[in-house]
Amino acid sequence: MTAASVYRIQDLRFAYARTPVLNDISTSILVGDFVALVGPNGAGKSTFLKILAGLNRRYTGTVEFDGVSLAKVTAHDLARRVAFVPQETHVVFPFSVNQMVLMGRAPHQPASLFDSGIDIERAEYAMRLTDTLDLSKKPFTALSGGERQRVVLASALAQDPEVLLLDEPTVYLDLKHQIHFYDIVERLNLDHRMTIVSVTHDVNLAARYARRMIAMRAGRFVADGVPESVLTPEHLYEIFEVSVSVFKRTDGRGSYIIPV
Amino acid sequence: MAEAATLSRSEGAGGLSVRRFLTVVGSCVLVLAAVLLIAPLIGDQGLSLRGILSSGSTERDILVLVRLPRILFGALVGGALAVAGVLFQALLRNSLATPFTLGISSGSSLGAVIAIWLGLDVAFLGLPVILFAFAGALLTVVLVFFIARSSGGLPTFTLLLAGVTLNFIFGALVLFFHYSSNFAQSYMMTTWMMGSLNVVGYTPWVVAVPMVLLAFAIVMVMSSKLNLLAAGEDWASTRGVNVHRLKMSSYFIGSILTGAVTAFSGPIGFVGLVVPHTLRMIAGPDHRILVPGSFFLGAAFLVLCDTAARTLLSPTELPVGVITALLGGPFFIALLKRKPGELW
Repeated sequence: MTAASVYRIQDLRFAYARTPVLNDISTSILVGDFVALVGPNGAGKSTFLKILAGLNRRYTGTVEFDGVSLAKVTAHDLARRVAFVPQETHVVFPFSVNQMVLMGRAPHQPASLFDSGIDIERAEYAMRLTDTLDLSKKPFTALSGGERQRVVLASALAQDPEVLLLDEPTVYLDLKHQIHFYDIVERLNLDHRMTIVSVTHDVNLAARYARRMIAMRAGRFVADGVPESVLTPEHLYEIFEVSVSVFKRTDGRGSYIIPV
Repeated sequence: MAEAATLSRSEGAGGLSVRRFLTVVGSCVLVLAAVLLIAPLIGDQGLSLRGILSSGSTERDILVLVRLPRILFGALVGGALAVAGVLFQALLRNSLATPFTLGISSGSSLGAVIAIWLGLDVAFLGLPVILFAFAGALLTVVLVFFIARSSGGLPTFTLLLAGVTLNFIFGALVLFFHYSSNFAQSYMMTTWMMGSLNVVGYTPWVVAVPMVLLAFAIVMVMSSKLNLLAAGEDWASTRGVNVHRLKMSSYFIGSILTGAVTAFSGPIGFVGLVVPHTLRMIAGPDHRILVPGSFFLGAAFLVLCDTAARTLLSPTELPVGVITALLGGPFFIALLKRKPGELW
């Protein structure tokens, strides 16, 4: 009980057109943790994450961010500390990569027309971390899916966030880019103590990186703990309705599953 | 040396530097200045320097009482429509949006047509028509807003549907009044709906200038947030923008800009579409440049088109909307034919 919570959630409920999406969720997210939310489609994972990101404010129950009710935190104040990476980012206008990344500086900028030296420095730093510096002059609209997602991550990192919320960020990426993406995120978590909450379908990828795994089904948490404790054949059958075998990884980094 | 290094650094990271801002916006100002200098000298009646300078001469009267009011008014209308176009394109995240997409032109046309139908035009296309046109525009703005508004905010798609639907309804009403009017009224209605910058004196300019300049100043302050909105609503919200407030301001400021100038000039198309596009093609989609650049370039473009409109078939006059469309249309086709992913 020594670690402080970033989020404290009590009796959280949300319904979409009277259909319940989240049922009575209570939990805490601790500073510096790496949490993976897994579960089938429609389990409420993304809804839960969007509430944490301040994108959905029509829930009932209590969500506290750093001890303050999230309902009282403005988008501006939240954006200075929390960044969000969605599944996909479609942009109509051909903003260049560096413009997209610099937009992450918006919550730190005063009402000035120009980007300051600090903004440019932080943007470059984020681009170096995500290996996107070479793309900086290209239009975002012309990038591949993997490049786009790294640029969106760079823009999120330019916010200098304490918390990074990821909504199935690697769902459209190939295997190499999935690993690359999560390697960057892991480094941020370990080196900068950034709190990570990531929604994913990919149980094995989640088990490889996360320290805490929450399994959701029908708007509830059905299992919550270190990945090894969540990844049991019984839990997985309850969550996905699929029989799986669970294996220990030879490198000691948790378990992986294979459908039977 | 250190300064040079900083400059190249800021170029590399692509931040908006003062130098870049001044280069692009300054060029647009220069284009406008050149157009404003040349346009008054072009026309039916040739003007000589000596004629202009001697007080009481016909040439001086033509310049000061006829051409300058029209040119200054055209600049104001062009600038306002171009900025309104930028606002609606960012709001609807659609580069094909125009100031008239959400129904304002039909609304003001309906107002003007009703005023003419009621016989309120004591002077040809005088004050009652302007007031009715403005009222029609305001009515549209409010109606579209209340139809589109939902508990969750102002959804872009609903906004577009509401605007397009009202466009149809008001368009039908305009046809109805047009149909049930006499020949003289019908001619006036048609003339009004073609759009014209043929104003008398400086009054329209003096009335519209404060409104347009105030709106322009507010949009300049909003410009960096417009970048975030144009990239996406969640994108903007998770980067600290109060999206609902920004959408409301964009909608109302864009609408009032459009309604205010349209009440005087009638609907003039293509300016709000072509000018922002051209600038985006040259200088990229950064609204901190796009907003002021479009304002000055829009002013220059419309004055240029109007100069062509009043001189090409002189002594007859072409509707300025014909010229903007004839210049804008081919451009639009080129836009549709562009390769995907090209940096426009």
